[in-house]
Amino acid sequence: MADQIDLLQEQVQHARSNNRKLNIVGGGTKAFMGRTADPDAGTLSLAEHTGLVEYHPVELVLTVRAGTTLAEIEAILAEQGQCLHFEPPHFGEASTIGGTLACNLSGPSRPWAGSVRDQVLGVRLLNGKGEHLRFGGQVMKNVAGYDVSRLQAGAMGTLGVITEISMKVMPKPAETVTLVQDMAMEEAVSYMNRRAGEPKPITGACWLDGKVYLRLAGARSAVEATAEQWQGSIMEGGEQFWRQLQDMRHAFFADRDAPLWRFSVGSAANLPVMEGQWMIDWAGAQRWYRGEAKLGDLEPIAKAAGGQVSLFRGGDRAGEVIHSQPAALKVIQRRVKQSFDPDGVFNPGRLYSWL
Amino acid sequence: MSKAKANKAQLAELFRSFIEPEFVITDDETLKPYECDGLAMYRTLPLIVVLPETVEQVQRVMRICHEHEVPVVARGAGTGLSAGAMPHKEGVVLSLAKFNRILDIDPLSRTARLQPGVRNLAISEQAAPYGLYYGPDPSSQIACTIGGNVAENAGGVHCLKYGLTVHNLLSAEVITAEGERITLGSDSLDSCGMDLLALLTGSEGLLGVVTEVKVKLLPVPEVARVIMAGFDSIAKAGDAVGGVINHGIIPGGLEMMDSHAIIAADDFCGAGYPREAKALLLCEVDGTEEEVSEHIAEAEALFRELGATSIRTSKNEQERALLWKGRKSAFPAVGRISPDYYCMDGTIPRRHLAKVLLEMEKMSEEFGLRIANVFHAGDGNLHPLILFDANAPGEFERTEAFGSKILELCVAVGGCITGEHGVGVEKIRQMAVQFNDQELQQFHDVKAAFDPLGILNPGKGVPTLKFCQEYRSLEHKQQRHEQAGAHHG
Repeated sequence: MADQIDLLQEQVQHARSNNRKLNIVGGGTKAFMGRTADPDAGTLSLAEHTGLVEYHPVELVLTVRAGTTLAEIEAILAEQGQCLHFEPPHFGEASTIGGTLACNLSGPSRPWAGSVRDQVLGVRLLNGKGEHLRFGGQVMKNVAGYDVSRLQAGAMGTLGVITEISMKVMPKPAETVTLVQDMAMEEAVSYMNRRAGEPKPITGACWLDGKVYLRLAGARSAVEATAEQWQGSIMEGGEQFWRQLQDMRHAFFADRDAPLWRFSVGSAANLPVMEGQWMIDWAGAQRWYRGEAKLGDLEPIAKAAGGQVSLFRGGDRAGEVIHSQPAALKVIQRRVKQSFDPDGVFNPGRLYSWL
Repeated sequence: MSKAKANKAQLAELFRSFIEPEFVITDDETLKPYECDGLAMYRTLPLIVVLPETVEQVQRVMRICHEHEVPVVARGAGTGLSAGAMPHKEGVVLSLAKFNRILDIDPLSRTARLQPGVRNLAISEQAAPYGLYYGPDPSSQIACTIGGNVAENAGGVHCLKYGLTVHNLLSAEVITAEGERITLGSDSLDSCGMDLLALLTGSEGLLGVVTEVKVKLLPVPEVARVIMAGFDSIAKAGDAVGGVINHGIIPGGLEMMDSHAIIAADDFCGAGYPREAKALLLCEVDGTEEEVSEHIAEAEALFRELGATSIRTSKNEQERALLWKGRKSAFPAVGRISPDYYCMDGTIPRRHLAKVLLEMEKMSEEFGLRIANVFHAGDGNLHPLILFDANAPGEFERTEAFGSKILELCVAVGGCITGEHGVGVEKIRQMAVQFNDQELQQFHDVKAAFDPLGILNPGKGVPTLKFCQEYRSLEHKQQRHEQAGAHHG
């Protein structure tokens, strides 16, 4: 439980006045993401900037310092029967909430519970000038000023140092059941989408190794009734399956060096099945692909499916690793970066080589 | 860049070269309907109104305005409540009224592709045959358009469970201030790079003009039932709201009304509200048959335990509609007991509800103006209605001052100055209360990244730093004056 804001602010100001760059690091469990960190940049560690700032269970709102670990937050919430509904992946004990937001990481429940970006209500941010700013707040509805808080999701620290986060939390579901059945991949995409269109308590839909898994969670009566109406047998150890999926500890993810591609596409889109291994999550909206490929070759395929592709893990991380931007958006993103971090102090080249 | 100023006639001629002449409006009489939005107290006649019908035309309008540095105010249905769509006297109003087509509904992926002038309610109506609907439901949903919803990050009654516009939007095609056509977001649930879609949502027309959107659709719940619970104190009703949520139930809608609103609404439509109650809760639970039965029984028991003086639960759709009718007609109902009313929009952490309402009662006496409260209790969004008479000299000024104090109170308890109506012109002064100069400067810098010349909706949303300093110093002087007065008294 430590507020290190003065120290962090001083480090940023020092870096700026000495024309140094900084790599922002929380628990250091997501070093594999994005482009390779600039080896010449110094490290700005948020690991000690931790602790609960405010938590009122009846408000469904939690405020924590960015270096607080997910494990610690979930333990605090569990005492009150609440949880982080977006099921953030833990890539280790040290994974922090700040890194989760910066990388916009959410788990299997994402299509129904929303993402970490969706749950953020406010942030405090150190910009590149070393100013400690507050955006958003601790209330669900807030349209005063631009939504700088959600802008941080997926920006990978290129806009500033997230120091504090307020977010919406939710009650834990009373009951959870997983239904599993054999199905071919092509059929599964359409099946999962049809099920997601029914007004039932579905919170997970995944296809892997010839089987489709649907998770039902919510009021006990509703879960039980739906489990009886829908096809598939009730899976023993279902919770463990989803937990492995959430933390990417499933065997599918075991090889950490081989390229792991992530297609984020329209949930019902047809994506050509290239040779390699596939896993489909988010009822079709997130498709994992293991295979040798070039980003430039996969981009048109992803685009045709209404989305984008990124090299999530492994492979060559010195080049670009996420879907390219059209020229006009490049211009705007460069200017937005400039507006937050005029001297380019933070995470140089981590998101794109040109940012 | 060379600044080429053009006068009204020259601009109109330029627009008429590619837009049907009758849709380039320049005469005062036809301009008149565009002089304000839903907040009619603020009015300005624009220079020109254009109603393009293709995206290319919008693009050309933007390029011309950029070249001549002419302000542009985009406009949907004009139902906004913060004067966000109020014209600029030297500017062009860009009406998206002709962009009113639903382009595509895809039932399998549960999405709808829309032009920005499509009405909010029309989306759900078109999606209904597929068992789907669009989540955010602002009170103006019968008239307001999806483009305006994006600009304001519109909410409504069902936000606690189903989210705001920002949670239900997949992508937006935007024409930038410089006339570039860009797409933010995609058909997928997230996109690479910076989340500019989040930035756009709620940006009040300051960052770009939306020309197409794709939204998510949700399955229509099997059943919805509403509990109406009366309480003899605001504090008890507030506790009951927390009680339900703490119990693990997330209601589809959770609304509160104070005694003034209860009586006005009951007189207006005979909803059978408990007139003696000091606070009324409407708690709607939706989901599967089984879930709703389970949660309704639990919530009823909880409300009783927490001191409800009356409870009535809808048994069918007809009764549910009746119970909601009072809440939905609260504004016109209040309109009947007062010549005019002014609807405020602040958000507070719910635990401060009783304190804030009590404080408002006190202010009501101080300002000599009545107040009625309807409230999105689930998410802490207050809508105090200040009752006034615009024809009584000085009464609107007093109303504004009262409203201003309410918003400052919201900030003081950890809330914000606007939950869903936007800053616009109306709340631009209070931005100085919620944000410091560095934060406001950061907003200006973000704006400049999209609109370097500042032609999009200038004067709205974010105040200049000079304006803020003047406002703060005025406030400070007033406070010192009041304190001095108190000492003397």
